[in-house]
Amino acid sequence: MPSYHIVVCGSLVPDPLQTLEPISTPTGPALKNEMMLPAMLDPWAGHALFEAANLAKQHPGSKVWLVALGPKAKLQQVLMTIAQKVPFELVALDGPASGFAESAEVAAALAGAINGITGLDKTRLLLFGGWESASRGTGTTMQMVGEHLGIVDQFQGVDQLTVRSDGSFDILERVEGGKHQVSACAGAPALLGWATGNLPEPANNPQVGMLNMRTAMPALQRAKPIKVTNDGVAFAGVSLPRQRRDTRIVKDLTPDAVAREIVEWITRD
Amino acid sequence: METILFLAPTEADGTLSQNALETLGAAKALTAELAGSSLIAGLVGATIQPAANQIAGCGATRCLGVAGTELAQSRYSTDAAAAEALAQAAGATLILAPAGSRWNRALPGVAQRLGGRVDTHVTALAAADGKPAITRWYYRQRMEGTLTRTTRPWIVLLESGCAPAWSGDAGRATVENIPVALPPLRTSVTGLKAPPADEQTIRPDAKLLFVAGAGWTKKQADGLAHAAEAEQLILGFLKTAQASLGSTKSLVDLSGEGQAVLKFMTHLNQVGQTGSTPRHPKGLATCCHGEEPHTVGWRFIGERRAINLNAGCSWAQGKADVLYVADAFAVMREVNRLLAARPS
Ligand SMILES: Cc1cc2nc3c(=O)[nH]c(=O)nc-3n(C[C@H](O)[C@H](O)[C@H](O)COP(=O)(O)OP(=O)(O)OC[C@H]3O[C@@H](n4cnc5c(N)ncnc54)[C@H](O)[C@@H]3O)c2cc1C
Repeated sequence: MPSYHIVVCGSLVPDPLQTLEPISTPTGPALKNEMMLPAMLDPWAGHALFEAANLAKQHPGSKVWLVALGPKAKLQQVLMTIAQKVPFELVALDGPASGFAESAEVAAALAGAINGITGLDKTRLLLFGGWESASRGTGTTMQMVGEHLGIVDQFQGVDQLTVRSDGSFDILERVEGGKHQVSACAGAPALLGWATGNLPEPANNPQVGMLNMRTAMPALQRAKPIKVTNDGVAFAGVSLPRQRRDTRIVKDLTPDAVAREIVEWITRD
Repeated sequence: METILFLAPTEADGTLSQNALETLGAAKALTAELAGSSLIAGLVGATIQPAANQIAGCGATRCLGVAGTELAQSRYSTDAAAAEALAQAAGATLILAPAGSRWNRALPGVAQRLGGRVDTHVTALAAADGKPAITRWYYRQRMEGTLTRTTRPWIVLLESGCAPAWSGDAGRATVENIPVALPPLRTSVTGLKAPPADEQTIRPDAKLLFVAGAGWTKKQADGLAHAAEAEQLILGFLKTAQASLGSTKSLVDLSGEGQAVLKFMTHLNQVGQTGSTPRHPKGLATCCHGEEPHTVGWRFIGERRAINLNAGCSWAQGKADVLYVADAFAVMREVNRLLAARPS
């Protein structure tokens, strides 16, 4: 049975229940009070991490790293919420987690950190991440990290990975129209940008938390500072959309009358 | 002055998709707006001559292609190699390509190979002060930014429905075949997995998105849950109205946890922050609270209506055009009856 070195790239995003407001700064757009907003692990990267841990459990001898670029203090906060979920070793980079940070620069920093992992066996490497972040939302970073590392078996929008006993695997990727494309890959090294996958969020396990924190705190302390310059990009502006519609609230129609209105509405061109 | 490469994969029959034609329309408009710029077409697929002929009248100065059976499959290694070769052969400074799972997967890596930059999910493309500028959304459709770049080449993936499709005379085009060294193939596409046609609930071309929320599975006024009736009402409606089915996260999560809920619901149906952002002219939300992480997925839905028992639900906060405060079970029962009774 194969065993893997699974590196998950994932950072943090503002809690989606927060109100976000863009502001303009000398270095480009940013979020108002960005450092004050409660943060969480980027959801699709979170699915990647849970899938990685599950795969590692099924393949003894495997190991999971989480490579995260974000403001150190925020990374520490988020760590508190995920460290008890699944076992991983943290590799931290201290820099922006902004949606406006250039993905090419972020990818170069992540690839540099991965290349620096002691003992990483690239022949057994599965590079995981979310297929898109909930901040920049471009779905471009992972492909570039893959290119830096020379991995050309890449998959995006992955919902399922099934490993066969010979180390080859089948992958389901989201494609248009609510379908999945099925691919067969010869085996590691490969890159998988995860969508939702199939696993529920793992329950907290304090023992796992203790084990993780032993390596995570030192990793945070030695987090390398990363500067993202956004050279060559000029934002003309970032604005909130016209959110509000003039909602007509219909309270006193019978269900049958509502049904008639709806049918009239949906059948009108 | 830009050398603009319109870069598209061909469909199984060798022609171009609607979104590819829209991207060509945008590329042509931009070429005209940026003085001294030229347009080159680049095609990738198992067969490309039908596409080249289809756009023979588009005004491209050259038509470049990479064709071969390996390019029939939507696969990173081969697609990236083909796109890289075409970009280089064209000497492209700006590469405009249709968004879609195939190019979204491959072109970001191509930007890296070319030492360029890439923008995905672009919703508008225009010339501002003689320079190309793009518009896209940040933080999962919560804010919209417009930007320009000085780095070249610059790859732009345009979403569907954002530009008028190019239309013009077909003809007989000469394709310059660009040689490509493909890497050893370690991946092969073995097929597509989709629910049987009569169970396919996601219909991207439908006029209406019907969204079901967790309320369909909750205890109702009689103190009981009515999942079986919910299932029957929703499926019945989808069938007669030919609507596409969306869901909230809460509802698909319930399904994933194996509860006796709506069996046809999967994560692919989920709309919102960690789901999809579908495009439909109309949307009807039922038994769904309309919370922000869900409604950001409604960014590209035109007219919006909602049915909720609670007049204080979030749809009332300027998120829907009409909120019906009513029991969705009773309403949808009657909607289905009225639709079934309509002369076909
Ligand atoms: C990181 C993160 C990401 C998220 N991403 C998403 C996402 O992508 N998509 C998403 O949808 N959510 C997402 N959420 C969850 C979101 O915050 C909400 O919890 C979810 O959308 C609520 O789903 P709901 O409206 O179906 O359920 P509920 O909030 O339970 O609402 C059910 C509604 O049904 C109504 N109802 C019940 N019975 C009836 C009836 N007979 N007739 C009419 N109305 C009835 C009730 O009044 C109620 O308003 C995310 C949350 C987090 C933290």
